[in-house]
Amino acid sequence: MRKIISFLSAVIISAVSFAGIANSADSKKPIVIPTHNWSSQIVMAYVIGGIMESMGNNVKYVNADSQAVYESIRIGDVTISHEVWESAFGKSFTTALDKGGLLDWGDHEARTLEDMGYPNWVAEKGLCPGLPDWTALKNPDCAKNFTTPDSPDGKGRMLEGPQTWHGDLIPQRVDALGLGDLWWVKFAGSADALWAELAAAEKEGRGTIIFNWTPNFTDGAGFTFIDFPPYTAGCRPEDGGDGKCGSPDGYLKKAVNADFPKTHPKAAAMFKKLSFSTSQIGAMAALVDVDKMTHEDAAKKWLKDNEKVWKAFTK
Amino acid sequence: MDYLKKYPKLFQWLFLLIIFFALCFSIDVPETYKFIRGQAEFVKDPNQSTYVFLGKEVRYYAFDVFWRLPPLLGWLPIWINDSLFFLMNEWMPMEFWNEDTQEYKTRPLVLEISRTLTSFMTFLIFLIRETLLGGLETIVAFTSWDWIDKNPWAELPGLPWTIVAAGFAILAYKLSGKGLAIFAGLVMVYISIFGQWKPSMQTLSFILVAAPLSFLFGLGLGVAAYKSKRVEKALYPIILVMQTMPQYAVLVPALVLFGVGDHAAVIITMIVAVPPMILLTLIGLRAVPPEVIEAGRMSGCNNWQLMSKVLIPTARRDILIGVNQVIMVCFSMAVISAFIGAKGLGFNLLLALNQLNIGLALEAGLCISLIAILLDKMSLAWANKQTDYFGNLTFFQRNKNVLFFVASVIIGIILAYLGSFIFKDTFNYLFEVPHNKGISTADFWNKGVDWIFDTFFVYIKAFNTWLIVEVLQPMRALYLRMPAVATLVLVVGAGYLIGGIRSALVVCALTLFIALSPWWDRALVTTYMATFGVIMSCTIGFTVGTLCFQNKRAAAFMLGVCDIFQTFPSFVYLIPVMMLFGITDTSVLIAVIVYATIPATRYTIEGLRSVPAGLHDAATMSGVNKFQRLTKIEFPLAFPHMMLGLNQTIVFALFMVIIGAFIGTEDLGQYILKALSDKNGAGIGLTLGICVAFIGLIFDNLIRTWVEQRKKHLGID
Repeated sequence: MRKIISFLSAVIISAVSFAGIANSADSKKPIVIPTHNWSSQIVMAYVIGGIMESMGNNVKYVNADSQAVYESIRIGDVTISHEVWESAFGKSFTTALDKGGLLDWGDHEARTLEDMGYPNWVAEKGLCPGLPDWTALKNPDCAKNFTTPDSPDGKGRMLEGPQTWHGDLIPQRVDALGLGDLWWVKFAGSADALWAELAAAEKEGRGTIIFNWTPNFTDGAGFTFIDFPPYTAGCRPEDGGDGKCGSPDGYLKKAVNADFPKTHPKAAAMFKKLSFSTSQIGAMAALVDVDKMTHEDAAKKWLKDNEKVWKAFTK
Repeated sequence: MDYLKKYPKLFQWLFLLIIFFALCFSIDVPETYKFIRGQAEFVKDPNQSTYVFLGKEVRYYAFDVFWRLPPLLGWLPIWINDSLFFLMNEWMPMEFWNEDTQEYKTRPLVLEISRTLTSFMTFLIFLIRETLLGGLETIVAFTSWDWIDKNPWAELPGLPWTIVAAGFAILAYKLSGKGLAIFAGLVMVYISIFGQWKPSMQTLSFILVAAPLSFLFGLGLGVAAYKSKRVEKALYPIILVMQTMPQYAVLVPALVLFGVGDHAAVIITMIVAVPPMILLTLIGLRAVPPEVIEAGRMSGCNNWQLMSKVLIPTARRDILIGVNQVIMVCFSMAVISAFIGAKGLGFNLLLALNQLNIGLALEAGLCISLIAILLDKMSLAWANKQTDYFGNLTFFQRNKNVLFFVASVIIGIILAYLGSFIFKDTFNYLFEVPHNKGISTADFWNKGVDWIFDTFFVYIKAFNTWLIVEVLQPMRALYLRMPAVATLVLVVGAGYLIGGIRSALVVCALTLFIALSPWWDRALVTTYMATFGVIMSCTIGFTVGTLCFQNKRAAAFMLGVCDIFQTFPSFVYLIPVMMLFGITDTSVLIAVIVYATIPATRYTIEGLRSVPAGLHDAATMSGVNKFQRLTKIEFPLAFPHMMLGLNQTIVFALFMVIIGAFIGTEDLGQYILKALSDKNGAGIGLTLGICVAFIGLIFDNLIRTWVEQRKKHLGID
């Protein structure tokens, strides 16, 4: 009896799986696209969703944390990720990659840089001569122009992003480069805190050094990154290095859940081809951050204006 | 010696302070000490000490034990975290059939259970959401994605906003009367014409799932606690901790266990909303007079009948206040749950925050506030409604509300149909006003904040600098200068003097937990910010409350203002203060003060009101003037109640200090925020949350014990 059952079930399973192989069209199950908390990523999520919908797929958006999302992709709660920044999320990404269940799905054309920098008017005002070379920061007269009321011992303030983004990387770098006596690092709580600081510092006319990245909407108004000693593999403290180095010129990757190519072969092929350049991503962010459109409207406008660009991915 | 006999307590307190300061001065700051940025996570510094416990290695900077205790509990977060990971990823792997890829896949049991459970919740949420807004996932749940693709007609159409608005108004009319009906109608119209309809209904849909589930669980556990002493004893500490824990510390473990999405939001909301429900059920059942139970027993009730027909109906009022609490908590979670994927107003609010758009955030916040107040009023009206057993009504009188609703459905559908002709080229405004296509006052608010900044820039900066340099920095330095031993002595001593040995032991255990965790310095910073916020809030709240109490109307008005501010999502306060005062502690503290003043004011007014009118008259007859009456009679009698206000103020302040992490602080909150996106964060987030809860509980214990004694002394209750 038992043998018959197992035989029957084997037959059924193989029949069903044949049906599965024969059926190469995309499943109608929705593709789950994550949205995080910065504009270019959200707009691009709606852009990619729009492209997939135009191919006949169903799409769902879910708000997810930018570090935790790789674990969610691995488990299958989220299907894809379209902005994997090397410097900020590289570690979470490779960890999930090693555990299995997540696939590296190629790079965007855009290269990324995430580091400390300053808006161009800081240099134009001559608040710290010698920038963008980092050695200019060793000058006490320079640090003095960057102090805020809460600075301990009148040190210059550097505003780093939330500690969630890179832990203690920047404070460790400041100490390693011997700038700890002149500068201190404050953690902002969120990206909006960084933009608030940019606006406030400009109004007050005091110098400011904040953490920023490119491609971003600030590219338009003029933003320069400080030239720290170049990044080499393993130079960061978390990898056992001394921490005397800047951020790498990094990749902007895409990632997918391992089942995605099996369930949605066409959408997966499109997503593999999909690649945006720095200026395209900057334009998407600017639609929201500069033109104050909603994310959905911005994506619709972008899709309408750039039909040639994205149609190429679907072929 | 006479003084010593007359005021023994005073001298005991003096003695305690002397010991505290002696300890502070005799223990020097170690030369190697600096404010630690938490556990050094990556750097292996040769100066660090290490120990291994349960296979977990803990690294830390060692100091003299009098100065800072070693983090003997440092293994706990790592251990919690590894256990969770093991549970979710490795424990009991089983083979599950995967429809999509047509193959077997190994999935751990707990993961599979949690995903099955959550898919049920998702179904409930979408059922309500798609009834209101339209959509296809509910139909898909019964058929499949392929089927819906071939039969697009089966998609749920959603209700026009006019029908939902009319439905709310009619329900409000049935529950309370004309006044509430008009309010309900206005709220719905406001939401609609400001283009917040879709997000509001999304928020409402997950609250309409979370609130009933929380009610059921809360009632069930409350009854269980009433029946069994053991259950009560087991639940009580959990309830206490949950009520003082910052809500977003729970997010991290929930994220690990249930993933992201609306279902996870429902679960996290339930975790926060169930404790008050349990507590109020228990209070209600305890208050049922034994005569009633006897009567029930004599009429031959069995246990189930006694509970469902006698006890719960008698305790109805308290239980319904519990429902009311549940609803309020659900709305307060609307924003926080957006962090783990809830859609709706909370998510829009966070997006507006990211763009520094104070106007949009205000509008979304106001919608949350209004819906919360509406549901609150409706549930209260329901609680107070008595069944009319004697009415002799005609069919029309009995069913007029239903008839009205049917009529409004028909009218609404006709209107929506007409709308599709009127607004042919744009959106059908009679069906749904699209998000951000309604009226918006956002520009006005944004320009307002800009104007304030531009006009008062010099004064704001001068004030900010003065506050930071002269007050905040020294205060923070003082808190960090306290040796751990001195702090322990002070807290335990206070516990002993107020509540005897029992209180001292409880307080000591709570403090030790924090001191032995790796985050003592951070906890001190949290305490410093909370202390400053509480002192300012209480000063403002007690003054405003006392002044308003002098006039009945002013008092009622003030309580109304408190209502609005309390339901207003606290995140909204963050943007204007951040823009005006920069990324500094001042910003955080101003947000704290705005938020924590609410309970201080409310309890002051309510405390003063609770003074019996007889005493009032007696005092007037003995010829005291208004001021004397206030200082000699009303204040002393209202003081216990006002102290409970202080208790709430502390909880509110702590909560806001933690939220302040979004501006940028260096306290426990920043680490909780960090844990949210740390792949090993679940254990850390939970432990940090417990630390914050314990800070709150230390004060809670001291204040409550003191209030009890004071009440006994005054002969109240």
